Amino acid sequence: MYPYYESDWSVLPPEANRRFNPAFNMATIKQVVNEAIERVRMPTPMRLRDLIRQIRAARTAAEERSVVNKECAYIRSTFREEDSVWRCRNIAKLLYIHMLGYPAHFGQLECLKLIASSRFTDKRIGYLGAMLLLDERQDVHLLITNCLKNDLNSTTQFVVGLALCTLGAIASPEMARDLAGEVERLMKSPNAYIRKKAALCAYRIIKRVPELMEIFLPATRSMLSDKNHGVLITGITLITEMCENSPDTLNHFKKIVPNLVRILKNLILAGYSPEHDVSGVSDPFLQVKILKLLRILGINDADTSEAMNDILAQVATNTETSKNVGNTILYETVLSIMDIKSEGGLRVLAVNILGRFLLNNDKNIRYVALNTLLRTVHVDTSAVQRHRSTILECLKDPDVSIRRRAMELSFALVNTQNIRTMMKDLLAFLEKSDPEFKAPCSSSIVLAAERFAPNKRWHLDTLLKVLVAAGNYVRDDVIASTIQLISESTSHQGYIALQLYKALSEDLQNRQPLTQVAVWAIGEYGDLLLQAPPDEEHSIQSPTEEDVINIYHRLLWSPQNTPTTKQYALMSLTKLSTRFSSTNQIQQVISSFCSNLHIELQQRGVEFSQLFGKYSHLRPALLERMPPMEVVRQPDDTLHTNGDLDGLEPHSEESSPQHVPSESNALLDLLGGSDDLDIIKPSSVPSKPTSVLNTNNQDLLDLLGLGPLGDSTPVANDTTNNMDLILENNNANLLPVMSNQNSNFLTDDLFSSGNTETEIKSIPPLTAFEGDGLQVVFSFDSAKENNTATINVTASNHSLSTMSDFLFQAAVPKTFQIQMLSPSDTAIPSNGVVTQVLKVTNPGQNVLRMRIRISYTVDGNPVLEQTEVNNFPNELWE
Amino acid sequence: MMQFMLLFSRQGKLRLQKWYVAHPDKLKKKITRELITTILARKPKMCSFLEWRDLKIVYKRYASLYFCCAIEQDDNELLTLEVIHRYVELLDKYFGSVCELDIIFNFEKAYFILDELMLGGEIQETSKKNVLKAIAAQDLLQEEETPQGFFDDHGLG
Repeated sequence: MYPYYESDWSVLPPEANRRFNPAFNMATIKQVVNEAIERVRMPTPMRLRDLIRQIRAARTAAEERSVVNKECAYIRSTFREEDSVWRCRNIAKLLYIHMLGYPAHFGQLECLKLIASSRFTDKRIGYLGAMLLLDERQDVHLLITNCLKNDLNSTTQFVVGLALCTLGAIASPEMARDLAGEVERLMKSPNAYIRKKAALCAYRIIKRVPELMEIFLPATRSMLSDKNHGVLITGITLITEMCENSPDTLNHFKKIVPNLVRILKNLILAGYSPEHDVSGVSDPFLQVKILKLLRILGINDADTSEAMNDILAQVATNTETSKNVGNTILYETVLSIMDIKSEGGLRVLAVNILGRFLLNNDKNIRYVALNTLLRTVHVDTSAVQRHRSTILECLKDPDVSIRRRAMELSFALVNTQNIRTMMKDLLAFLEKSDPEFKAPCSSSIVLAAERFAPNKRWHLDTLLKVLVAAGNYVRDDVIASTIQLISESTSHQGYIALQLYKALSEDLQNRQPLTQVAVWAIGEYGDLLLQAPPDEEHSIQSPTEEDVINIYHRLLWSPQNTPTTKQYALMSLTKLSTRFSSTNQIQQVISSFCSNLHIELQQRGVEFSQLFGKYSHLRPALLERMPPMEVVRQPDDTLHTNGDLDGLEPHSEESSPQHVPSESNALLDLLGGSDDLDIIKPSSVPSKPTSVLNTNNQDLLDLLGLGPLGDSTPVANDTTNNMDLILENNNANLLPVMSNQNSNFLTDDLFSSGNTETEIKSIPPLTAFEGDGLQVVFSFDSAKENNTATINVTASNHSLSTMSDFLFQAAVPKTFQIQMLSPSDTAIPSNGVVTQVLKVTNPGQNVLRMRIRISYTVDGNPVLEQTEVNNFPNELWE
Repeated sequence: MMQFMLLFSRQGKLRLQKWYVAHPDKLKKKITRELITTILARKPKMCSFLEWRDLKIVYKRYASLYFCCAIEQDDNELLTLEVIHRYVELLDKYFGSVCELDIIFNFEKAYFILDELMLGGEIQETSKKNVLKAIAAQDLLQEEETPQGFFDDHGLG
């Protein structure tokens, strides 16, 4: 016998292993051999748990990578072989590998094959894989849409459930459109398990494609009468989304408020139900959803709000608060009370709940309380003020999130009464706080001090403390506003210069902003510094010239100081040369900078040196003290005393260039909202002729072409070549010079325009408005240069009574630029006149249209007139 | 709406990720890495909330596992803590005093349970009993279609 045919030698299965089988031919042998080879090549794949063990056993990242790569290669090969028996296991392994961060996109199509299988295990893993590996950006969506459609029609509820779950997770707009009908049908299914899933699917579909909302409306309404909590909560989620989606639907659902109130009432009155109870509270998940929907329905609707007042009060008073879950519901209730038009008593109750939250041991509750108080502080400041000390205490919390909230809230509570005590806490906070807080906190302190400072001296001291405490984190706006304040408070300049000198003589390496302010002040008020009365309190003696110059030596040669600071110092030292007697020493220092490696410093060295040589006769005049920089504060500033944030915001905007456009937009609205108009607001209070320019620094910047509008008014060219400008730093203290020059220029312009403008044509005047005894006449000076025309507005009162609070506003299309100077007065006596000058620039040579608005008060009655002027003479621009 | 939920270990290993919004894989990884680092760096006495981009992050540590959810601005962060707790309770009931290893070796079950609790980023079932009933019934379906004794070989193993 041939040993080949021994059974234990054979590779053939027993039924094929016959010694002398007549059917034993070549074909059978080939087939059997092939099958055997296949079995050897494709052994049972590694189990999921073995793979996980192997991966966990890997001691290095490289080892893990090699295990994963080997397995991935194997899984890929089984996918190529279309091995359907082990596909499920292989995908499961792939999903684990995917979670570790390895690429697994090659499993996407295999997931679809699993979904298409009839076995539930395959479907379960297939859908899981689809949710993890596909998202709505994949192109395989057409395929999966078909699979989903099939399974949504399955008779097994769990297959339908899997399909709905997947659709809810990865629905793309196309899938949403294709399957919305199926989902709507399933929302009406008798099976609650399917109803609730279908409702959330509809919710996701609406989120993707809002216009599909209509088809779900009828099925949604009936969900509210369901007894099953799953159906109720999903139904309410769906309605909430619909209401947020469209105001019409919101109105439509207002009638369900009584139903919602009833459900909520049943929940809080119901006895213990083990199924939905969470530490003594009945279904908090559902309660929160209902409260949120009530809030959305009640916003800005007095009647609807009225209908829910009672239940909100009931929830607010009856909820058990010893656990997080009770506070969860109270928190949502407070939000609802604050947002709807609720009764005053209820609001007090809500703020008191938050006050209790602030004292809670749980830091999460404290955080939520601060957050919510911050939202409600505008509505009811005094109620929040009562919790001030607790809030300030939160500044010391170990948790950064709580500290940030407490800081914001503290600033919202600062007012004239409490600023001294609050600033103490806030300055202490600033000193110890993390770097990320220093910049915003210091800017906020500066703003608060600006608004509520009890006196100049205190204000200056506070700014000084900010500069010390925040060091290099101080933003530039703080430097600018400190300098501005010092310049403005003429009676304290000696004092502050001494204080700054004291600060400067200490270590200042990481306080560049303070150094800059200090050298600016010493440069300006060096003479005052020397005579300043010694500060007994801090035992500071006024320095000698020698001391001061030594400090400058140190500053200018220290490598720690930035070039900007050194530029400040050089400028300041040059100024001191006219205030101190030791001019020679100063000259030496400055001329040593003529060869400095830094180009800016060198340029300054060279330029300033000229002032000690050939042009020394110019020096005293050039280096004169700056006139006080006055900032006209916004009129509403003084009105805010309670410290709500509204007042702070316009302030912070003031320093940002976007401020001007936003203001003009607001005025556009005022004037009827025509978009093509550009407008500039005149200052409502007539100021001295030297400061004809209205309001704030920003306007000055604008005028010089530095502002966001890039105005090219004639002023810009005139001043930029000015000697003073070159002498000045191009930093924060650029401002004073400009204001100085501007005023002079404009004064000239106002009072001697006749001399400078040679070509004046006579253009007939135009009556812009006439009525109720008021006549407004435009007369024209034409100027060729820069296409700017000057319009003199003369408003005359022909009535018998005085017109007070007279305000003239004008708006022109965007292609024009208009500049309004201050009016001569705000009141027009009987038979008197008020004049005002407008400058209109017309770069595009367009036809001018102007909309004007005039308001005044006569005999206590406010009058408002508005009209458009179209008949401007054509000669205006020629 | 919840945007995503992440489970990760104290060592920073991801144990579960559920995304209810579509992001490219790369972004998901970046977000995951960023949040894991931020949260692990926080001290235990800090509060459970973080402001992160325009989302609120709510996280809580259970034994060696961190549960971390991202919710939108108008969502209730305290309620999210309750959702996390509910999920932990469900895992505990299902596995019988759950530990990290249960979730590692049966991660698909952890996903299945989460999918019965939440759908599309919102809560779908507030009754623990109903969730566990649905999971048990589906497990049974799986067992029934696998021939007796072959389960070990044919199942996920």
